[in-house]
Amino acid sequence: MTLQGWVQIVVFFAIIVAITPVLGGYMARVYTGQHVFLARVLGPFERGIYRVIRADVRREQDWKAYAASVMLFSLAGWLLMYLILRTQTLHPFNPEGFHSAPWNVTFNTVTSFLTNTNWQYYGGETTMSYFSQMAGLTVQNFVSAAVGICVAVALIRGIIGRNGKGLGNFWQDLVRTVLYVLLPIAVLGALVLVSQGAIQTLGHYLSFTGPTGLEGHMAVGPVASQEVIKNLGTNGGGFFNTNGAHPFENPNGLTNIFEILLVFCIPASLTATYGRMVGSRRQGWALFAAMTVMFVVGVAVLYAAEVHGTPAQHAAGLHTQVYSGSTGGNMEGKEQRFGIAGSALFNTVTTDTSTGAVNAAFDSLTGLGGAVPMANLATGEVIFGGVGSGLYVMLLYVLLAVFIGGLMVGRTPEMLGKKIEAREIKLASLGILITPLTALISTALAIADHAGRVSIFNKGPQGFSETFYAYLSQSNNNGSAFAGYTGFIQPNAGNVGSHGITFADLLGGFDLAFARYAPILFVLAVAGSLAGKRVSPAGLGTMRTDNPTFVVLLIGVIILVGALTFFPALLVGPIVQSLTGHLY
Amino acid sequence: MSAVPAIHEREAVSLFQADIVRRALLDSLIKLDPRVQIRNPVMFVVEIGALITTIAWLIQLGGGKPLGGGNEPAWFTFTVSIWLWLTVVFANIAEAFAEGRGRAQASTLRAMRKETIVTLRDGSTKPASELTRGDVVVVESGEMIPGDGTVIEGIATVDESAITGESAPVIRESGGDRSAVTGGTRVTSDRIVVEITQQPGHSFLDRMIALVEGAERRKTPNEIALGILLAALTLVFVIVVAALRPFGLFADTAISETTLIALLVALIPTTIGALLSAIGIAGMDRLVRRNVLALSGRAVEASGDIDVLLLDKTGTITLGNRQASEFIPMPGVPEAELAEAAQLASLADETPEGRSIVVLAKTYGIREHDMASIHAEFVPFTAQTRMSGVDLNGQQLRKGAGDAIIAFAEQEEGGHAPPELQVELDRIGREGGTPLAVARDSQILGVIYLKDTIKEGMRERFDHLRAMGIRTVMVTGDNRLTAAKIAEEAGVDDFLAEATPEAKLALIREQQQDGRMVAMTGDGTNDAPALAQADVGVAMNTGTQAAREAGNMVDLDSNPTKLIEIVEVGKQLLITRGALTTFSIANDVAKYFAILPAVFVATYAASPGGKGPLHVLNIMDLGTPQSAIVSAVIFNAIVIPMLIPIALRGVSYRPIGASALLRRNLWIYGLGGIIAPFIGIKLIDLIIHNLLGG
Repeated sequence: MTLQGWVQIVVFFAIIVAITPVLGGYMARVYTGQHVFLARVLGPFERGIYRVIRADVRREQDWKAYAASVMLFSLAGWLLMYLILRTQTLHPFNPEGFHSAPWNVTFNTVTSFLTNTNWQYYGGETTMSYFSQMAGLTVQNFVSAAVGICVAVALIRGIIGRNGKGLGNFWQDLVRTVLYVLLPIAVLGALVLVSQGAIQTLGHYLSFTGPTGLEGHMAVGPVASQEVIKNLGTNGGGFFNTNGAHPFENPNGLTNIFEILLVFCIPASLTATYGRMVGSRRQGWALFAAMTVMFVVGVAVLYAAEVHGTPAQHAAGLHTQVYSGSTGGNMEGKEQRFGIAGSALFNTVTTDTSTGAVNAAFDSLTGLGGAVPMANLATGEVIFGGVGSGLYVMLLYVLLAVFIGGLMVGRTPEMLGKKIEAREIKLASLGILITPLTALISTALAIADHAGRVSIFNKGPQGFSETFYAYLSQSNNNGSAFAGYTGFIQPNAGNVGSHGITFADLLGGFDLAFARYAPILFVLAVAGSLAGKRVSPAGLGTMRTDNPTFVVLLIGVIILVGALTFFPALLVGPIVQSLTGHLY
Repeated sequence: MSAVPAIHEREAVSLFQADIVRRALLDSLIKLDPRVQIRNPVMFVVEIGALITTIAWLIQLGGGKPLGGGNEPAWFTFTVSIWLWLTVVFANIAEAFAEGRGRAQASTLRAMRKETIVTLRDGSTKPASELTRGDVVVVESGEMIPGDGTVIEGIATVDESAITGESAPVIRESGGDRSAVTGGTRVTSDRIVVEITQQPGHSFLDRMIALVEGAERRKTPNEIALGILLAALTLVFVIVVAALRPFGLFADTAISETTLIALLVALIPTTIGALLSAIGIAGMDRLVRRNVLALSGRAVEASGDIDVLLLDKTGTITLGNRQASEFIPMPGVPEAELAEAAQLASLADETPEGRSIVVLAKTYGIREHDMASIHAEFVPFTAQTRMSGVDLNGQQLRKGAGDAIIAFAEQEEGGHAPPELQVELDRIGREGGTPLAVARDSQILGVIYLKDTIKEGMRERFDHLRAMGIRTVMVTGDNRLTAAKIAEEAGVDDFLAEATPEAKLALIREQQQDGRMVAMTGDGTNDAPALAQADVGVAMNTGTQAAREAGNMVDLDSNPTKLIEIVEVGKQLLITRGALTTFSIANDVAKYFAILPAVFVATYAASPGGKGPLHVLNIMDLGTPQSAIVSAVIFNAIVIPMLIPIALRGVSYRPIGASALLRRNLWIYGLGGIIAPFIGIKLIDLIIHNLLGG
């Protein structure tokens, strides 16, 4: 570990701490209907959109209406995107003349982008037309992110709601999120990326002659515009197959940090939005603190594990003079221009959040290092988490922690003054448990069934890790992969004659949708249930949710739920692997 | 001065009384009936597991292979099976113990419900059990009151020791706030006519018996919510364990059904699942032992949430009668002279105020005068003169209302009121006291300050309530000034002056509107609407029938600050549940470390039959895989009976603020819950492993 590495990590996080109250405060203004400076410019657009979609945004929706709007919007988006991806031969902006992927892979891809996951069985530059990338993937990168934020905001409104059952208006929240939050940052961010060397073109792939005289093709495309929202919206689906490791997506050390700042800025700021909307900034900082602790542990372990090197390096007696016991680190699958610290930081951030963008190969991480992304997913994506989804799942955990802690102080548990009763516990438990249970059941099915085993590349614990990670990632709507696990066979550079592996595509697709929308429905139901409740003023006997004791309790609950659910799976995957010198 | 009545606690029925133990053991077997177990999902899963392992054992006995794979010996399957059955039995014992203690109390109560023939007012007779609402019965001295009712005629002393535990008889009379009588109590003097207010089988005594027996027990809201959480956790572990079979097979490790079930039972929250209903029953029992009768578990639980307590001033905070606290002489009059005059004027005054003047005068060293020797002629108080006093040795001593005494002094020649008099009269009035002026013939000697006296120890009780996070509000008919003064002296947080029953009701509604949980103690009929409106209404047993029916608790000791104990029991209920839930879940960490290394000991072993990489996770260094699994299951089972005392006694509550309390319980039950099973499982393994000969 180097000082420069740690400085990088500390500076990155200091910037996040600084952004949080500013952007968080801005978003609180957006969602409470206060005037924001952008309204002068974008206000007419906003109202124009309402007229076109005929939305009566003055009418508040109760949780059912809000949920119905979310589902309707998502279903329409799904159908449209499926149509786009299946008609590639008709597309404009398809210079390479790509065919459409088979139905099963498309099913998986569409569901994946709808759910803010961006699990990619396909390779972007070898299968997707520019039109699919822009009108299909990039559009969903914006709106799927917006849906997550809307649901989180609706939950906050439920928590603070004092009279009636209204959670706001989905259409208004959606339009405002895209117009006032995502688009402005994305436009500026894309310009920054382009300035550093990310590309943006609709032209043909380039031909070149390599140093050995071999003819080659270089894939190009409208990269920067997709890259920025891929990170900002915690989507993670790269334009290129190699994602954030590709120099056109992530050209240098500066963009490496800039991109993960984009990743963290909204999820982190939403804690401040929460704090402001509930009327106590400390509440927001308490969540921020809990997330920070888990983030710091993750990045430190991953950094240390990779610096320590692999068993193979140790077996070969590779030792540097600089640090005793160090092999100079495991650089397999990492980009030289990011180094170990830049890789550890980037991949901790993208697996803490449901981004899933990667700038290194997880498959090549050390056993313990590989356990970090896995553990991050096992927390249910609440370490800052996906845009919106991180906050709303975290708030479900808060409900659970408040319930257990509240009992221990001898009062009917209250969340910001609202009593937590059987209905909320039922909804919150289901909302939290669906994701891990989906991952477990799917992994069990995938390794038990012959149709599932054809997707697994490696043997032994590594094969298990690949499979487990695939379903953990899809259930958590993360999208990063351990590689090795496949749902798509592509024989040539183009995608003619390719076919999908139906079992993996459908099981994954089901996980994506189920583990996204079921929790959303439970979250909105909790919001509806809390909205009508009376608020009890806090007294001496009320458990506080904004002090260190609660932060510790909250972390304990998150880790205990994750550990108890996934300990057996981690045991036969990364743990057994890190305990042996045997190479898989 | 009487102090706050002592909180009196009934003898706790000992946990290990032979008959309770015998009955509990029997009950624990009867409760193995699946129809009983299904009400508790956690224990139901354990019972099904016990059944399957028993079948697996029988198959192995018959020469079959272990169910689901593996090569564990039959004794292993048998041992696991036995301990799973014991886990269910232990849970049943916990519940049966709690019920048994209640039942023992109920049987003493039931003895009071003797069948008697009663005489109605019209002279006819009827068995006591057939009395219905509206019947009017005559109860003579020495007879038992046959049912709950209101005294409509007469006055009598009644021995209520059977239900209150208080041996001194109490007075019950028609009209007023002491008219309610309870069935099963005995009239010890005089004769009363009682109108029955209960339906047959629904008397106070019947309800009390049903309550302590747990027959009417319904799950409370928090208990239901916790039950859901426990069911959800159980579901999680069922899936986790079910997924372990394919995980194992992928790693070429066969895992038997027995091992999977052992792991499942160890993981699901059996500890809290087994003790949950015992905690609830014991909470009710603790309340009854403090002489409070709660009409529902819901009310007990709600009492832990109380934010505001409304207390009647009179009879609750103050003694209800004014007492002399100070003599204020006029200029030129020695204080002792005023004291003596006041004492003489009060010698024949038998009112509490009069007696208090005599008592106060004693502190000035004035001895009691011998009435006969001083040839005194007493002048009694009348509504017309508004003063009383004594004529002796040709002197007229009078005490009375200020204006009456001024008039008395000025009717004599030269008599006039000094200007200081009016100043003092006004000041005392302002301070909430009552001034009595004292005159000797035409000379006004001074003023006696009568004060409403606050019961001893009240301030401490209110401080205690405040530390628990409960605001106290005094309700009084006095004017604002008086109320403010008394409120300050008593140490209540707020007061409602010039209160009418409507104002009381409005205050409760207003507090509830703001989201506060309100408790109210009261005894009078005019308190009934407020008692009904409050979230927790504690009626005094000495109160009227209307008050007792409106509240959801009755305090048999009639102690208005009993709420402290009620709140403590309510909080303890929740804390015990929360603490044992935390303990139960925290235990899982150690159980994973016991069982999983045992399961995967040979997985990915370098050589066949050797140990695989995961055996290093056997951090407890348990003897063999089988002894490790059995030890975890045994620990899981015996922790239940070991925690029965905590479940029945309740985790202690201290008013140290929520954060401190949470920290304390997290240390003890969270961290303790993680550490304890590591030690326990290791110890059990040492014994088992050595028993099996290493």
